[in-house]
Amino acid sequence: MKGLISLDVISGIIHTMIGLATPFLYAAIGETFAQSSGVVNLGVDGIMLLSAFAAFYVSLVSGSLALGLLAAAVVGLLMGLLMSLVSVTLKAEQGVSGIGLYMFGLGMSSLLFKVLIGTVKTIDGFKPLPIPFLSDIPVVGKMLFRTNILVYCAFLLVPLAWWVLNKTTLGLKIKAVGQAPAAADSLGISVNGIRYLSVCIGSVLAGIAGASLSISLLNLFQDNLTAGQGFIAVALVYFGGWSPVGVLGGALLFSIVNSFQLWMQVLGAKIPSNIAVMLPYLLTIVALTISVNRARQPAALNKPFERGES
Amino acid sequence: MSANARSDGAARTGRVEMRNIVKCFPGVRANSQVCFDIDPGEVHALLGENGAGKSTLMRQLYGMYQPDEGEILIDGRRLVFRSPADAIRAGIGMIHQHFMLVPTLTVAQNVALGQPSARAPLVDIKGVTERIETLAQEYGLKVDPRAYVWQLSVGEQQRVEILKALYRGAGLIILDEPTAVLTPQEVKDLFETLRRMVAEGHSLIFISHKLYEVMAISDRVTVLRDGKVIGTKLTREVTRDELVKMMVGREVKEVEARPLTPGPVRLRIRGLSAMGDRGTEALKDIDLDIRSGEIVGLAGVSGNGQRELAECLAGMRRPLAGTISAGGRDIGAASLNERVDAGMAYIPEERMRDGAIREFSVQENVFLHDRTKAPFARGIFLNFAKMRSHAAALVRDFSVKTASLDTPIKNLSGGNIQKLIMARELSRKPMVLVAAQPTRGVDIGATDYIHQRLLEQRESGTAILLVSEDLDEIRALSDRIAVMYEGRIIGIVERGEASVEQIGLMMAGVAMSDAMKG
Repeated sequence: MKGLISLDVISGIIHTMIGLATPFLYAAIGETFAQSSGVVNLGVDGIMLLSAFAAFYVSLVSGSLALGLLAAAVVGLLMGLLMSLVSVTLKAEQGVSGIGLYMFGLGMSSLLFKVLIGTVKTIDGFKPLPIPFLSDIPVVGKMLFRTNILVYCAFLLVPLAWWVLNKTTLGLKIKAVGQAPAAADSLGISVNGIRYLSVCIGSVLAGIAGASLSISLLNLFQDNLTAGQGFIAVALVYFGGWSPVGVLGGALLFSIVNSFQLWMQVLGAKIPSNIAVMLPYLLTIVALTISVNRARQPAALNKPFERGES
Repeated sequence: MSANARSDGAARTGRVEMRNIVKCFPGVRANSQVCFDIDPGEVHALLGENGAGKSTLMRQLYGMYQPDEGEILIDGRRLVFRSPADAIRAGIGMIHQHFMLVPTLTVAQNVALGQPSARAPLVDIKGVTERIETLAQEYGLKVDPRAYVWQLSVGEQQRVEILKALYRGAGLIILDEPTAVLTPQEVKDLFETLRRMVAEGHSLIFISHKLYEVMAISDRVTVLRDGKVIGTKLTREVTRDELVKMMVGREVKEVEARPLTPGPVRLRIRGLSAMGDRGTEALKDIDLDIRSGEIVGLAGVSGNGQRELAECLAGMRRPLAGTISAGGRDIGAASLNERVDAGMAYIPEERMRDGAIREFSVQENVFLHDRTKAPFARGIFLNFAKMRSHAAALVRDFSVKTASLDTPIKNLSGGNIQKLIMARELSRKPMVLVAAQPTRGVDIGATDYIHQRLLEQRESGTAILLVSEDLDEIRALSDRIAVMYEGRIIGIVERGEASVEQIGLMMAGVAMSDAMKG
C-alpha cells in the first residue's frame, strides 16, 4: 500500500468521485421532489435504464448529444406520467407500481438494445469543458473544473432544488402535499396535480441521470447498465433526510468510497475485487441504518390521497 | 389582485342559501332535502349529534363534496363549487374540526400556502407576516407568524386556522366544533374573537353539540337529526331543553350523582413517573388515592399526562418510578393479565386501537381477555355455546345495537362500540375502573347511558378514575376532580368546590391556591 497514496492519486480519486456522483445527484434530487410530495418512486432505476438507452441510441443515430439528452428527458417524462397515473390517479400501491416500472425499464431497454444495436458500441460522449481561470488553479482546477457540462449541472442542481423547495410557492405546495394533503386540499391546492408534477420532475431528472451514464460517464450502453444505481439514489433520499444538501452529502460519500475502491484496484492493491466492489453498498446500508431521521419524513409518504378521509 | 389585497374589515359575503341538499354515501343518506341559509353578519348555529350530517352539509358548502341534488346560492345567484378553491373565491372559509395545518411549516407559510404571492415565484414571507400581524391585532388573535405549527398549542393552532380564513378574505366562516379541543379560557377568547368578526360584518356558521355555547353565541339555530332538518329557530325564542329534544328525539335528563360515603382506598398511586412517547418525562411524581364508591375526575388540556397516567394504570406503559397498588396488592410491574386478575378494568381512550379489533365480530371482541378462563374455555378448547350466551346477555343488558353477534365490530357506531367495551369490562365486576374519554365521539343518547352505568358502578363500590377533556362530564360525575398540568396533578378539588373558570385556570397551569382566589 505504501506509496500508493500520492497527491496525484488523491486528486484522481476526487475527480472520479465527481463523475460517479453525477447520476446519483440527478436521480436522488429528482426523487427528493417526488417523495417530498408523498410519492415513493421505486422505478428510478428503470427510468434511468430506458433513458440511458434512448440517449445512447439517439446520439448514435443522429450524432447529436443534445438530441440524445432530450430523448432521455422525454422518456423520463413519459415514464413519470405512467408512474403518476398508476400510483396517484389509480391509487395503486406505490412500492409495487415502482417495481413494475423498474422491471419495464429493465426489460424494455434490454430488448431495444438487442433489436436496434445488438453489440456493445461506444460513442464520443460530452467532452470536458474546462472552466476558464478556475481550471488553471493547480491541483484543484484539474480535480474539479475539467469535467463536462452534465457534471457541472448536476452540482448546480443542488442549490437550485434547495431554492425551489424552500423559497418558492411551488416548493411550499409540494411540501404541504407531502406532509398534510388534506390541509393542502382544503386550501384549494390540487393534491394530485402537485404529485403528478413532482413525480414528473423526478422522472425527467432520472432520465437525465440515465443519460449521464450512457453519453457522459461511460459512453456506452449494455444490459442493466445502471447496476441498481437508481435504487441507491432512492436510498440517498432517505439518507439525506429529504433535503438536496443531505442528498449531496450522501452522493459524495457513496461516490468517494466507490472511487477509492476503483483506484485501489487500478493501482493493484491486494484487496479481493468482489469485496472492494461491495464496499460502497455495504456503506450505504450502514449509513442508512444510523442516519435516517424519520421525523423529517413526509407524513403522507406512500399514501394515496382520498378527499374526506380524516 | 390577490384576495389578501382586500381592504380591512370589509369582507362580506351575501346571503347564502342551501336548497334541498341531498348527499348520499354508500349505505347512508347523510343529508336528505336539507335547507339552510345564513344572512350577512349573522351567527347561525348548526346543532346535531355525531353522524347527524352537519359536517357533510358544510363540506358541500366548502366545495369538498358535491351535492347529489339541490343547489347553493349566494345573493340569489346559483353557484357550483367543484373544489375548496371555488368556495374560497366566493368568500367562504372553513375551520375544520381536525385542523388543516402543515405541522412542519411555519405559521406564515401555512397562511401563504396556495395563495398568489406578490413576489412570485418566491414566497412573500415578509408581506404575509406583516398582514398576519395586522389581522392578529385587529381580531385579537395572538400568534407568532414565525413559529412552526408543531410548536403551537391547540388553541394557537386554531387561531392560525382563523387567520388563514381571514387572510383569504372570507366573509362567511364555517366553524366545525371549534370548542371541542379548547380550555374554558380559550373558549372565552375564541368567543371574543368571533364577536369581533361579527362586528366587522362576517357571518359565521357555528357547528356544535354543546348547547350552552350555541345559546351563548348564536342568533339562529338549525337542528339536524339523521340527515334531516328538524327545525330552525331564533336562539332567543328557544330553550335548552327544547333543543335537546329536537336533537335526540326524546327528553334527556341530566345525570346526578347521589351523595355517597366512600369506602376504603382501592387504588393507591405514589410517586409515579413515566416517559411519554416523545421520550420526555410525561408524568412527574403523581400521588393519588381513589376510594371504593368514588369517582375521581382527571381534568386537563389534552397532552398534559392524562393519557400516560391511564396507560400506566392499565399496564400499557412502564413507569419510571413509583408504586401503584390495587386493593393493597402492588401491581406496578404486573402484566395485563395479572392486573385483570387484581380487579382492574380499563376503557381505553383509543377504543378502536386499544379496546377492540376492528375486523373481529362483536362476540370475539367480548372475549379478548377472558378467552382462557372457565367457563368459556377448558384447556385449549373454547366453549362456544357459553361464549355466545354470555355475549348475547351483554349485548342485551347494555342495549348494544348490532345486526348480530357475528357482525364485525367496525360496522357498529362509536356509541355502540363503546357500550360493548364497557359491557366487557364491567362484566368482570372490577374493583378499580379506569375510564379514559368514555364518551368522546359518542352521541347524547349513548353518553347518557354510559354516564348512568358509571354511576351505578360507583354505587356498587368500584373505585373509578374518569379521564375526560369534557369538563361538564367531569363535573357532573366526579366526587373529586384532579387537574393535571405538564405531567403533575396541580390540584384536587371536592365536588362543587370549584367553578368551571377556576378549574379552567388550573388546567392552564395556575396554582390551585391562586386559581381558587379568583
